[in-house]
Order: sequence, then structure tokens, then C-alpha cells
Amino acid sequence: MPDFCGIQLAHPVINASGTYDAIAARRVFGDALLEDFPFSAFVSKTITPEPRAGNEPRRIWETPAGMINSIGLPNKGLEDFLTEDLPQLAELPVPLIVSVMATNREAFGRLVAAVEACDEVAAIELNVSCPNVHSGLIVGEQPSETEALLEVLRPLTEKPLIVKLTPNVAAPEAVAVAAESGGADAVSLINTLKASAVDPPGRAPALAAGHGGLSGPAVRPIALQQLRAVTAVTEIPAIGMGGISSGADAAEFLALGASLVAVGTESFRDPRAGLRIANELETEVSEGSARL
Amino acid sequence: MTVPFGRRLCEVAENTASGGYRIFSLLDRDGPAPEPGQFYMLAAKLGWGEAGGRPFLPRAISVAEAAPAKGGTRLDFLVESVGPGTDRLCQLEAGEGVWLAGPLGNSFSTPKQVNPDAAGAILVGGGVGIAPLAIWRRYLVERGIPLRVLLGFRNQEHSGGLDELFCAGGGLCPDVRLATEDGHAGHQGYVTDLLATMLTGDDATSAVVYSCGPPAMLEAVRARCAEHGVACELAMESPMACGFGACFGCAVPRSDGGYMRLCVDGPVVRGDAVAEVAHA
Repeated sequence: MPDFCGIQLAHPVINASGTYDAIAARRVFGDALLEDFPFSAFVSKTITPEPRAGNEPRRIWETPAGMINSIGLPNKGLEDFLTEDLPQLAELPVPLIVSVMATNREAFGRLVAAVEACDEVAAIELNVSCPNVHSGLIVGEQPSETEALLEVLRPLTEKPLIVKLTPNVAAPEAVAVAAESGGADAVSLINTLKASAVDPPGRAPALAAGHGGLSGPAVRPIALQQLRAVTAVTEIPAIGMGGISSGADAAEFLALGASLVAVGTESFRDPRAGLRIANELETEVSEGSARL
Repeated sequence: MTVPFGRRLCEVAENTASGGYRIFSLLDRDGPAPEPGQFYMLAAKLGWGEAGGRPFLPRAISVAEAAPAKGGTRLDFLVESVGPGTDRLCQLEAGEGVWLAGPLGNSFSTPKQVNPDAAGAILVGGGVGIAPLAIWRRYLVERGIPLRVLLGFRNQEHSGGLDELFCAGGGLCPDVRLATEDGHAGHQGYVTDLLATMLTGDDATSAVVYSCGPPAMLEAVRARCAEHGVACELAMESPMACGFGACFGCAVPRSDGGYMRLCVDGPVVRGDAVAEVAHA
């Protein structure tokens, strides 16, 4: 049983933030979702201080072995999340990790302080790396900004703080080191890679926002290298993700130093993918590490 | 009966040509029978996202007809090859495996559910969008609800599914009227011409309009109905990765601001709940 920052988990497979709406899924699939919950911890969609409608459609585009999204963090905002969604997420049979994002340190601080007060929440993920919100500075692109943000947030909570790293920098390991220096308990990587596509008939950008973030098996080798670079220079645990679609894929991330793995795009293809991957991973592990 | 959690492997029972389209049937051994208007996420077991490449994501396809069959439910889908996913689905052979999740989304409301004073239904379909109206028509006929069906096609090739889904006893069902852009059958012009004529009739406001088809047609139907004060339900389409509310890709602008997720808030949407139907 993995111990992640003091949280006991049944297996190493969780979801990537923003890729699974457990409340909507329960309405569709009923309580079978809870009986066979696909993840050992649930990471919420990113919550912002105020409600966000999200980006104008078109928002998604299929690519070879992947997809580009420009969703833009639609969410009901902190207040409604706490009153409407949190009680429902607390009914899930696994620990809850809440992802938060704000455009300045003060607002980030309000989010972290509010979530700190919720006993239902086991950990907090700081989304400093979304490629689809136009807030000017992306904190996670700069080590100094990341460290300064952590120094503000660290005293506000006793819960584990996870920093979601962007892959869209020359040296993500430098941001990871800064997060660790600032007091982060863990890092998670990768977020999506900035990407674009052209709609053939129109010969124009396929997504309304012009660009989005690439995910799916196409990004897996990049994710593995960034994970390798990060785990080589940090002591804190890393959650590895990027195109994981099988137990064998998950085993590769664990072999390169990930403490947990997260599944995102594959859940779109198979709503139970997390559970399948966890089962496949168990087989991988029990068959020995010779193949890794 | 709730929707089974996850995707399940089904077998292709049949796949036949119909005009320029294909109609294929799956045997679903585990799921509940679908309600008219619902859809499934479909992906071929083989030749789908394996060695990379496309198709990668499952495709959202409305069910055209469903019937009890030996060992489960037979599901019929009408598909036009317009890209790598629908192309692969068109090539399915009997006995092949298809990953299926569903039935997903909401379903059409009866005329009286939409408007307690409603006396009947007008179904308006275009092209491959006639599919969900076929199962909806049968449902209404079985309940003795008066209806008229208006179907529009570009040309003969794009009238696939018409013979299988809207004909009986060797001819077009008596409640069906056609419009074709090339004039090979019925009124020469758009199906919305037929709707416009019908909506000017005295009893039009006692009908509820149900429509599925290309975005430009849906927008014309929505606008005509709004103009005449007639309630309508539109079965819409939007790029969709997951079908169960996870990806937030299928956003459709609401008339009151913000967006709905078409997979869980639709695919059947009241005409007055959406802003203009986006079309190129």
C-alpha cells in the first residue's frame, strides 16, 4: 500500500486533475462508480476564486495518439465548490486532493486557507501550469516565482502541498527544486504540452483559442524524460503522468522514480481505465522487475 | 436499470450499405435498452489507437433503432464516413468487436412533457441526422401520438438510411415528407421550407418540433420555431472525447450565458436553452 505524504492509498494510480468529474460520472453510472472506483485518490478539477465559464468552443481536437484541449478551467468558483461539490466528493471511497489556481499570491492564499479548513480534503495541488488560461504570468514557468508562491502558501496549511509542474519550460527540474525549497511536499508532472492544430477545410487554427495542451500516448516519452530529470534533483515524491494507458506504461513511470502515477486522457476512452491500469500494474509488479 | 460502469465489448451483428452511408448493428448483452435521443461512445476493438495514429478517441453516435434480440439488445447505428473514426466504423465486419459505453445523455421529451397543451409532434431531420428521429418516430407511433416527419437530403447518395428507417410495406411511411436539394424526390429545396409552411398553419402552435441534422439546419429550425412561438427540442452534436462529463470538450453556449456540457446536459436540448446553433 503506497504511503504518499502520510496518506495511505490502496494502489499507486490516481487521476490527473481536470480529466474526471466524479459527480457527473456518478450521475451517469450510478453507485457502481463508488464500488469500483478507478483511482486510489481523487484529484478535483482546478478550483479558482471566482466562477469561470471556460474557453469558447471548439475546445478539443484529436491528434495522432492523443488530443489537444483548450478547456480553460471551467468551474463554479471556490464558494459554490465548497457548498455544492465538496460534500459530494467527500462521499467518494478514496482520499480527496483539491486542485486550486489563482492569478496572484493573495488569491492563491485565500484558496489554500479555505481548503485547509476542510477536513474532507487530504491534500492540495497547486495548478501553476495550465496552458489554457490567459492570466499573463504563468507562475510555474519561473523557479523564483514558484518558490515565492510556496513561501506564502506553506504557512497557511498543514496539508500536503503538491505543485503541478509545466512541461513548457527548458528545465522543469529547476522549477521542481524551487518548489521543494519553498516547502512543497510533492510535485506532479507533466501538465499538457502547448500545442496547436489546423482544421484542414478552413486552413485555420482548429481550436477557438488558437492553441491548447497536448495529452495522450503521444506525450509519454517526453513525460518520462522530464520525470527522470526532476526525480534526479529532488527528494520529495513525484506523481508521474503523461499518456499512461496501461499497467506497463505506469510501471515505466514508477521505474523512473514516480511515487504515484496519474491517468488522464485514457479515462476518456475507457471510464474504468484507472482500475484496469492498477490491476495490470499489480501483474507487472508480481511478474518481477526483470522486464523493466 | 443503470448504465454499466465503463466500456464493454460488443459484437457486430451486421453492416450494410445504405446509399452513401452504412447501417451497422451491435449486440449489447449487458446494457439497458436506450431511450430515443441517447447515444453511445463507440470504438472498434482493432485498428483504433493501437500503434498510435488516429482514430484515437471513441466516437459519439446516436442510436437509430433498438430492439430486443437473442441474448441482449440489438442496436442500429447510421454512419457516414467523414473522418478516420467514422471511416473505421463504416468498415466494421460482422463478428468484429466494438468497445461501447452507454446509453449516454438524455432523451427526447414527449410533446405533453414539453407543453401540456401540445397535440402532436413534427420531426425534422437532415442527412445522417435522421438517425435518432427513427427510434423517436417509432416510440411516438407506438403511443398513438400524432406526428409528421420532414426529412431533407442533399441528393440520393446522402439519403442513406431512409429506406431502412422510414419506409414500411414497400413505400415511404405515410407521415413522412421529403425535401431534396437536387430535387430527385419530394420538394426541391430545404427541409426547413417544409417546416416553414407547416408552422404558418393554424394548429402549428399545438405541436412540438424535434430536430436533428447539420448545424445550419438546426439553427434554421431553432430560429423558425422561436419566430412562431413553437417549442422545439434539438438533438445536437459537439466534439466529445469521453461522453460522461469528464473532458469538458463538448461545450455548447447556453442562451442564459456560459456553457453546457452536451454529453450530460444533452444531446437533446430545448431550442430556447441554447444560443444560436454555431455553424460555418
